[in-house]
Amino acid sequence: MRQTLNILLVGVGGQGTILASKFMSQVAIDAAYDVKMSEIKGMSQRGGSVVTQLRIGDDIASPTIDKGEADYIVAFEQMEGYRWAEFLKPDGKIMISEQQIEPMPVIMGVADYPSEIIEKIDTLGLDVASVDALKIATECGTPKAANIVLMGYLAKQLPIAKEIWVGALEKIIPERFLELNKQAFEKGYQL
Amino acid sequence: MAKQLMSGNEAFARGAYEYGVRVAAAYPGTPSTEILENIAKYKDTIYSQWSPNEKVSLEVGIGASFGGSRALVAMKHVGLNVAADPLMTVTYSGVRAGLVIISADDPGMHSSQNEQDNRFFAKFAKIPLLEPSNSQEAKDMVGTALEISEQFDTPVLVRSTTRISHSLSLVELNEPIKAPIKPYEKDEKKYVMVPAYARQRRVIIEDRLRKLEEYSETTPLNRVEMNDTSIGVITSGVSYQYAKEALPNASILKLGFSYPLPKKKIEEFAKQVDVLYVIEELDPFMEEQIRAMGIAVKGKDVLPNIGELSVQIIRQKILGESIANLEAAATVAEKLSEQPTPGRPPVLCPGCPHRGVFFTLKKMKLVVSGDIGCYTLGSLPPLSAMDTTICMGYSIGGAHGMELANPDLKGKTVAVIGDSTFLHTGVNGLMDIVYNGGQTTTLILDNRITAMTGQQENPASGKTLMGDAATEVDIALLCKSLGVKRVFKAKPFELQELQNLIKEELAVNEPSVIIVEHPCIFVDDNKYEPVKINENCTTCTSCMRIGCPAIVKKGNKIEINQNLCYGCDLCIQLCHFDAIVKCSDKGGC
Repeated sequence: MRQTLNILLVGVGGQGTILASKFMSQVAIDAAYDVKMSEIKGMSQRGGSVVTQLRIGDDIASPTIDKGEADYIVAFEQMEGYRWAEFLKPDGKIMISEQQIEPMPVIMGVADYPSEIIEKIDTLGLDVASVDALKIATECGTPKAANIVLMGYLAKQLPIAKEIWVGALEKIIPERFLELNKQAFEKGYQL
Repeated sequence: MAKQLMSGNEAFARGAYEYGVRVAAAYPGTPSTEILENIAKYKDTIYSQWSPNEKVSLEVGIGASFGGSRALVAMKHVGLNVAADPLMTVTYSGVRAGLVIISADDPGMHSSQNEQDNRFFAKFAKIPLLEPSNSQEAKDMVGTALEISEQFDTPVLVRSTTRISHSLSLVELNEPIKAPIKPYEKDEKKYVMVPAYARQRRVIIEDRLRKLEEYSETTPLNRVEMNDTSIGVITSGVSYQYAKEALPNASILKLGFSYPLPKKKIEEFAKQVDVLYVIEELDPFMEEQIRAMGIAVKGKDVLPNIGELSVQIIRQKILGESIANLEAAATVAEKLSEQPTPGRPPVLCPGCPHRGVFFTLKKMKLVVSGDIGCYTLGSLPPLSAMDTTICMGYSIGGAHGMELANPDLKGKTVAVIGDSTFLHTGVNGLMDIVYNGGQTTTLILDNRITAMTGQQENPASGKTLMGDAATEVDIALLCKSLGVKRVFKAKPFELQELQNLIKEELAVNEPSVIIVEHPCIFVDDNKYEPVKINENCTTCTSCMRIGCPAIVKKGNKIEINQNLCYGCDLCIQLCHFDAIVKCSDKGGC
């Protein structure tokens, strides 16, 4: 039996976290795995936290991932990565987009945005990678593809053939945005 | 057939399609909303609708069943409170064609005002209860529930939870069956619940429960997975998945049909295992009944009755395991907590028409009796302009009560409610005020849509769930017809005018309604021009008092994120230095 993979995708509403999760689920299905995905969206239509949990393996029971049990965390925003870091397995890997989106308490000046997030996680001995996904995606043509850059980076770590990923991308992304997203995926994969 | 990844809600909808449902109704509410949104995709065979509230949607479902068509009604847990009245009597009349009620609980209160366990409604109403544990079962159980409904002449309650409704797992698709419309038959002794007839039905209900108990013993929905007998587990719903993963060697009695319980099956199972646990989310619903059978079980003495269960909770509490990964996680959390992470509370969107209203109410230092919808976010800082939130439709009756209780609150209290919520159950409160001589000023924040659950149509929005044009309720005329003489319209982005109007109406000794009109930014077709900061800015931060996510303080400077700015111009009105201007002004953005 193959190992169960627990992947947490965290971000802010509007960043394409759920689309990325659907992409990842499609990859899992195309690779003939069982998959469960659980999503919690924030209460507001824009700007709330979004967390999706993906579990991939031969026979998945629980749809959720507990603290300390995630093999991979993909954070679409720095502080969200910091917030969810405790869900990482001691030997897991967390990938954080360098993008920062300030929440209301920071905007109002009653709280500070945490500093040196990547360094702090690194000093805890956790495997952390920072990715300037926004910049890479912008170079590909739109900042909106930052989610796919990160998925490209994740793809390289997982034991699923690249063709399957690209095939799934073709199923998920509308034709007119496909080339751009394929490029974003490739850039992430090459990091 | 093809397998497809589906959320529980999509699967419920697919089940409705495959098992011949012809009529479906609901009022939107997380986590149940997507059931009807997906049923609407099958509009060639299923008529579906948003009703003004859950009571009406259940009434429509009951009528459809009496009329001979299989029917499905969906709601969130608190919605069933609203629909409880028809529920408690349709249990007496029974059905004609199958009637399924899906109630989606929200353990952990991801987006709800309370955490009630709706399985008790099945026991309360004396009707069968089904609990799917993944999307495949969600789909299949719609079919089984319809069969049970027809076989036993009863409505059937299907309990979902957030993790069933909103988690995705693989579902096998099948072709729809044929469920013909049953010819209508008048049967007043069954469908007219006057006391003489209801008393006869009362006896039938108890008999039906006994038959359902027998069914519970034999249905494959209740199955034993025999394994190591040192630990036995009785479980249902998503808890089954947690138990299976946490205790892979345990023997499990999985109850897909969890009311009435299969007594003999439980007794037999209990005899075969050394220790018996009941693993269920929220209340000890099954546990208490099993104890009452004289069977020793462990349950809420070790497991929490608050919030969601998880694999880790079960391993810790039942196996007494210390979980290495969890301990590592705690260490990480402790180290990271040296630098606190600010929360990311939900906020009103940039350009939200509610923002100007709450800014004004705060400025006027009014007591605000609030309601459920996006505008509940008006209670959060920096607006902090809402005093109470209880349930859908509470605000108007609540404001009347406050004013009755305390003369100091008269003229200082307003009720705030949205268009959809007003039509849901708020209208009753307004009627009450008019009838009983109250004086409350009610603000109806009409953004033309049911916004918080994701822009669903309602009787005032001019469109149905299936996409057809609809006659819009004229909210002003409706209020007038209830007897409110003072009905006004206002614009949320014209702060001074809004404030003047509220002030005038608070001073009047009769009920007033102010309909504050502006569409939600997600349904507004107009294009507005964003704004920018110019050199006049003194960083006084006056503009930040409205809590707009597009206005950010960066170091010593205020910046406006033009990608977020919607052009509502509230900040222009707040600036004393003419430092915020439209983008077209001198040089653009």
